[in-house]
Amino acid sequence: MQIGPILSTLRHHKLTASLLTLQVAFTCAIVCNVAFMVVNRVRQVSLPSGLAESELSVLKVAGIDQGENPQARHAMDLAVLRAIPGVQTAVAVDSLPLGRDDSTYGTCGSQQAWNHAMAVRSLNGVDGCVNPSVYSGSPGELSALGLRLAAGRDFLPDEYAQAKPGYVAANVPSAIITRSLATKLYPGRDALGQSLYMGGRSPMRIVGVVENLLRPRLREPGVNQYSVLLPSVPGDHAVAYVLRSAPQDRERVLASAVETLTRLDPNRLIPPDGVRTYTQIRHDYFQRDTTMIGLLIASALGLLFVTALGIAGLANFWVQQRTRSIGIRRAIGATRSDILRYFQTENLLIVTAGIVLGVLLAVLLNLLLMTHYELPRLPLWYLPVGALVLWALGQLSVLSPALRAAQVPPVVATRSI
Amino acid sequence: MFGYYLDLALRSLKRTPILTGLMVLAIGLGIGASMTMLTVLHVMTDDPLPGRSAQLYTPHLDPLPLDYKQGGDGPDASDNLTWPDAMALLKAHRAVRQAAMAGGSLLLRPAGAGLRPFNVDGRYATADFFALFGVPFERGSGWSAADDAASAPVVVLADTLARKLFGAANAVGRMVRLGEHDYRVIGVTQDWQPSPMFYADASAKRYSDGDKFFLPLSTAVAQKLDVNGNFSGWGEDHAETRMVSPTTSWLQFWVQLDTPAQVAAYHQYLIDYSAQQKALGSFQRPPTSAKLYGLMGWLAHENLVPNDVRLQLWLALGFLFVCMLNIVALLLAKFLRRSGEISVRRALGAKRRDIFLQLGIESALIGVAGGALGLAIAQLGLWSIRQRPDDYAKLAQMDASMLLGTLVLAVLAGVLAGLLPAWRACRVPPALQLKAM
Repeated sequence: MQIGPILSTLRHHKLTASLLTLQVAFTCAIVCNVAFMVVNRVRQVSLPSGLAESELSVLKVAGIDQGENPQARHAMDLAVLRAIPGVQTAVAVDSLPLGRDDSTYGTCGSQQAWNHAMAVRSLNGVDGCVNPSVYSGSPGELSALGLRLAAGRDFLPDEYAQAKPGYVAANVPSAIITRSLATKLYPGRDALGQSLYMGGRSPMRIVGVVENLLRPRLREPGVNQYSVLLPSVPGDHAVAYVLRSAPQDRERVLASAVETLTRLDPNRLIPPDGVRTYTQIRHDYFQRDTTMIGLLIASALGLLFVTALGIAGLANFWVQQRTRSIGIRRAIGATRSDILRYFQTENLLIVTAGIVLGVLLAVLLNLLLMTHYELPRLPLWYLPVGALVLWALGQLSVLSPALRAAQVPPVVATRSI
Repeated sequence: MFGYYLDLALRSLKRTPILTGLMVLAIGLGIGASMTMLTVLHVMTDDPLPGRSAQLYTPHLDPLPLDYKQGGDGPDASDNLTWPDAMALLKAHRAVRQAAMAGGSLLLRPAGAGLRPFNVDGRYATADFFALFGVPFERGSGWSAADDAASAPVVVLADTLARKLFGAANAVGRMVRLGEHDYRVIGVTQDWQPSPMFYADASAKRYSDGDKFFLPLSTAVAQKLDVNGNFSGWGEDHAETRMVSPTTSWLQFWVQLDTPAQVAAYHQYLIDYSAQQKALGSFQRPPTSAKLYGLMGWLAHENLVPNDVRLQLWLALGFLFVCMLNIVALLLAKFLRRSGEISVRRALGAKRRDIFLQLGIESALIGVAGGALGLAIAQLGLWSIRQRPDDYAKLAQMDASMLLGTLVLAVLAGVLAGLLPAWRACRVPPALQLKAM
């Protein structure tokens, strides 16, 4: 196939061809970056929480009688909740992964690190110190939530302490941390038996390490699994009850729990949005991201569609315009596949030019997004994939006009248009 | 002549119905997406108090120690004022009006049977709050500076809450139990909801419901009521004294300044105040760190528009741009294909201007049709946004100016897309084309 004649034809349509090239370039740049954003968000949305998600239901309840002892009330409620048919276990917790109620404490893995952080009055940038999220809950929390121990043991009954109202955690002797936090605080050492320095309390002993436990509120990747579990029984009037049941029982269990608790004491608050299965909690937390993923995919498809449209429309015009010269070429011996290949090559040239420009634009666009929207750097392999997609799209869209051109009979050459 | 060109354009478009339809669809999609996002941005950055916003300012001091490091993802600790600073600014009385405030959520126990206890959001504020922001009253009035000084147990209710509690009866003079205390209702405001709620703490939902009750700030402090929002401390922290500590910031403060001279004088006063505090040893930062923001400037500083919304806007505009490129290329090809026809008309005496006008009308027609489609798509887009659970979503309505803007954008896009092809086509040398025929 000779490229020379194609190039000289394109030179006649400089403006049109370069407009199409530009369109391909912008599409390539935008679609590469959009695909990258979609992948990032999907990764975020599908982060595992560490819980037995499909078996959990959550009820947020607030007592309003300031005089009573909240912990006695919680214990009574839990006893009633455990009696509901289908409920395997029930615990009271202060917060849950993706529940948005986040309590963080400055925490260090060693006395020296803690002293250093105190001296510079900040944990930011001090080695061996981080701000993990702290979870407290009533006995049985680990098994009720379905958390998996990677090492060590669950809390012993005598390690539990009652938190004062308004305080997230009591002073407790022990803590369980996530595997990623253990690696961060005690690099190269076994975390079990180490001391944990948190917010000025007396140091706690690490008795267990759980595989995974996501934070109530996500941050940048890498620190999303920095969580600490304390054997501290929530002491606030507002608390969340977590019920574990078979997945298909969740709706029924929730309805019956609301009914039971209201009957027990009508004078308390159970906000309607505080009665959800864990699946709903996850869904609500990522609502924005899932909408955004849908929007991003829709706009990428829209762009590809419009570009395919442009390529096909333009090719159609060119075929019609060149009907006579195609006829002449056929009359002097060009085969149908020669004609077909002519238009395919022409498209290949235009799209390739567009891709070369588009790859440059994609990198520029990514740099722009990195500075304004804190997006990570675009992995370079997105570019060849984007190029392949556009090549395929170009060939597909030009196929039907090119086939029509190939059908032009040689006799057209003898007719005047 | 115009009618004739319109006729020609319609004929030409009818000759290629699929292509015309696709061009209209492309421009409609581009415009629909862009207008949806522009409308969302427009309602989010709108002036919350038109007519009054130009006189409202919020002072900001920086009492933080020099070695204080802002947390990475937490709010700025110096966004709010401490109790001693707010009280000092209030007593100095250097502005036309001034008020300190903070948000709170309290449990309301209705006295009558039939209503269960529920939580309501409201505001703790000083007496000038109502006059400062021009809150309209239905009945009664706000409290006085004397009530502030006495920490009086009085409350002002919003109309919807008053109706919910007392029905059509006059609420003024009745008692309401909020949290653990009883308050006497002294006024009922009309429902008043600036959007965004510019005076709320940075961590509050700025586009949700307005305040349902108002209490004197001093009463809230005396009774240690719970405060919504960000309490940032940098000194010793004691639960008992946290609210009045000079090392805990939590209060919002707004002033009314009518003339540029007053603004300059107030800014100077803030700098002098900071210098004085620095001399006393309670501030460490340079006095010039004291700032005075205008209302719109403060909203810009707070950057309320979520990144996702901006990103969506850029995406939509990028989409529109690619659609435009597409239409320019297609129209160009289409017009140039008619070189023969154009040359005949030129040879028969048509001027370039006439050709340009004829082709321009044809592309404008595509623009108008695309705009109409875009408008429908934008309404659909806004409707879908209103279904979202975000707090700003329910504001996503198109007002008259945005409606007009869409039409202008559509015709502009169509004409712009047609301009280049029409210009190129009308410059085709007629002689050459005629010979080729």
